[in-house]
Amino acid sequence: MTTVMTRRADFPLLVRQPGLHYLDSAATAQKPAVVLDAEREFYETSYANPHRGAYALSARATECYHDARTGVARFFGLRDAACLIFTRGTTESLNLVATAWGMHNVRPGDEIVVTRLEHHANFVPWQQLALARGAAFRIVELTPDGRVDIDLLRHAVTPRTKVVAVAHVSNALGTITPLGEVAAIARSVGALVVVDGAQSAPHMAVDIEALDVDFYAFSGHKMGAPTGIGGLIGRREILEAMPPYQMGGDMIEVVGDERTSWNVLPHKFEAGTPNVGGAVALAAAVRYLTSIGMTEVRRHEQTLTAMAIERLGALPGVRLYGPDATRRSGVVSFTVDGIHAHDLATILDQEGVCVRAGHHCAQPLLRRLGVSATARASFFVYNDAADVDALVSGVRSAQTLFHGPRVVSPGTPARPATASR
Amino acid sequence: MSDLRELYQSVILDHNRAPRNYGPLADATGHAEGRNPLCGDEVTVWVRMEGERVADVHFVGTGCAISKASASLMTTAVKGKTAAEVTTLADQFRAVVTGQVPAPPPSDGAMGRLAALSGVSRFPIRVKCATLAWHALHAAIAGAPDAGVPDARVSP
Ligand SMILES: Cc1ncc(COP(=O)(O)O)c(C=O)c1O
Repeated sequence: MTTVMTRRADFPLLVRQPGLHYLDSAATAQKPAVVLDAEREFYETSYANPHRGAYALSARATECYHDARTGVARFFGLRDAACLIFTRGTTESLNLVATAWGMHNVRPGDEIVVTRLEHHANFVPWQQLALARGAAFRIVELTPDGRVDIDLLRHAVTPRTKVVAVAHVSNALGTITPLGEVAAIARSVGALVVVDGAQSAPHMAVDIEALDVDFYAFSGHKMGAPTGIGGLIGRREILEAMPPYQMGGDMIEVVGDERTSWNVLPHKFEAGTPNVGGAVALAAAVRYLTSIGMTEVRRHEQTLTAMAIERLGALPGVRLYGPDATRRSGVVSFTVDGIHAHDLATILDQEGVCVRAGHHCAQPLLRRLGVSATARASFFVYNDAADVDALVSGVRSAQTLFHGPRVVSPGTPARPATASR
Repeated sequence: MSDLRELYQSVILDHNRAPRNYGPLADATGHAEGRNPLCGDEVTVWVRMEGERVADVHFVGTGCAISKASASLMTTAVKGKTAAEVTTLADQFRAVVTGQVPAPPPSDGAMGRLAALSGVSRFPIRVKCATLAWHALHAAIAGAPDAGVPDARVSP
């Protein structure tokens, strides 16, 4: 028996709903009390518009914002905190790069490379950039178990490749991409590496200096922070050479009648009054994760993932997608023969089990897997073995409801933890 | 479990497993597609109108049991009806699945058979699954090829 410690008690929503089995953390995570407290404390003691007032309270708010940036930068091992730009989240971060960098650096005949794993947020902006700039758009296909095929990537990248955009961890399958190999291939032709870190930032140790990538985007709400705060980490030289993304207050240096000069990093990319409360709460969220330790977070989720793969995989008629537990994050995507994922989610919901059903904003991937929807269970620090039990028992009730008490489709062997093709 | 049994009655599961009037209609006078981008449900409905009457109706779809069974039950309920009668039936159906009116007894003609879907009223997020085919049918009769779904906008 593996012992899995639960941190459920740290999460007020889960404490108030003891029967709830929240298995949708890949979509968004529940919030620990320390984050909610930190946000409230900030609004009750230090709130004003940062950067603008000539009074002590505004100075205090500015300092809170600055400290939040330093704290979040440290969480990612980033030495130069000014290279962390606060955004609304991954989507805004990736659009920032595709627009501000892309529109000025991608030319007709250039190539943009993405993978079959991508969330729409790291797919559509590049596809549209390619269309707008007359560049080629290449999609790197996957291995049968749902990993980026590094050999295919090597062939897809040419001296005309300007950017390789890739998910560190797939939200639909949980696949972990070996960024070192991707970066080496991109480097060899001088292409930028843009990483969608939405699913890695909350679930594993990320050392940005060691990763050696050019951009890394993440969302606070998947890490226990509120919605509306996230970030983009970029290389200083590239950020400095880029034009701003949005224009307005805070991001300027001098506004003349004809010309304007830009503020220094990170302010150049943070037009308008920033989400200070969100940044303060995000800093509290990364402190919370650090107090557990990201290695422990990963170990905990890996244990639950392996458990879920084994137990769901043992049920007849259940198909699992994605690689084995060592090469994936805490995400288990599956289908049940004869039961649509949407029906499954409704039935699980009746037993308090929250799973996502659908295409997970990854239609190009699901098309390739040959399914229109999967059910997806995903784990975080507050989950435990009881959640896996509830999931498995819910799937069995769904099978009973749809196919009667006898076991479904006799002769359908339990599938290994791989994609169906 | 009882709300679920109500939702997934044997009639629904039967129509899901063995949908009626399934497949394209060769001599259709109109067809339309309905999509629910939120969950990926898709349905195409073909109709052959003879004057004001629905002479035949077929569908093809991918999606959950509710959307498939609803489309299938719909095809069995509207044949021979006039366009105006179909509209009335669609309104009654919507009222039942949204819980605005109680479900009529099964013996109560076309609406009685459609009432097998009344369990949906306990699951508001599934109402769109049940009404998708009806939107498509309406568009097919009206001659608009893309029904979409009025209350489902972009994918998340
Ligand atoms: C892999 C991945 N990329 C991007 C996103 C978009 O993140 P957000 O909606 O927070 O901008 C998500 C979250 O849904 C995701 O899982």
